[in-house]
Amino acid sequence: MTQPDRDPGLQPERTRLAWRRTTLSATVAAILAAKTALHGGASAAGLVACAACCVLWLGFLLVAHRRIRDLAVPGRPTALAPRWATGAVLCTVAIALCAAALVV
Amino acid sequence: MIGFVQNVRLWFAPEEVRQEGTTPDYRFSLANERTFLAWLRTALALIGGGFAVDQFLPHLGRSWRIGLALALLGAGVLCSLRAVNHWMRCERAMRRGEDLPVSRFPALLSVVIAVVAVAMVVVVVAGWEG
Repeated sequence: MTQPDRDPGLQPERTRLAWRRTTLSATVAAILAAKTALHGGASAAGLVACAACCVLWLGFLLVAHRRIRDLAVPGRPTALAPRWATGAVLCTVAIALCAAALVV
Repeated sequence: MIGFVQNVRLWFAPEEVRQEGTTPDYRFSLANERTFLAWLRTALALIGGGFAVDQFLPHLGRSWRIGLALALLGAGVLCSLRAVNHWMRCERAMRRGEDLPVSRFPALLSVVIAVVAVAMVVVVVAGWEG
């Protein structure tokens, strides 16, 4: 009945769900960005900002998807590579910069 | 600040991180990763708050609205950069077997959020009276 490969603390599963929650947060931020960009008619600048936010959201999704796939392998998952952590953070920062450009 | 700049180089160079110390138990690395993600969610929530201030408080004066939104967005940027920096510092400390780094950032963020919250209360009350 016992499964030796499985961590009793479910650490990989918890980490996977943490990535899912974070993706959800990024989705909310991207939707708010789209709403702001297209508020009061679609201007050219608004459409560009909206497209940029969509691309950044897709970038975040890609990082999260890769990490979730890595965590799903049986046995010991590898640690998160700094490159991917930085990628996720840069997407977040870029969304904030788009937001600042839209707000001002 | 100098340590921060040195860390920025390591964000993009995972091989250099692996060269020092020993690999910790993978569960500790995963816990560190979840903490990083929790900070990233906080950053995304602050950014969402910035959009929300801009979108859902249309009767606010323009300068107040932009100021509050930019404060929240700036806090979000700081929070996300700090998230990856702290994650890297913790990862390195674990590899070297050192104590985890201490940080005054949580206190700083709490104070900033408290100030923004008080500003919101003032704005709403002033809006009712005016």
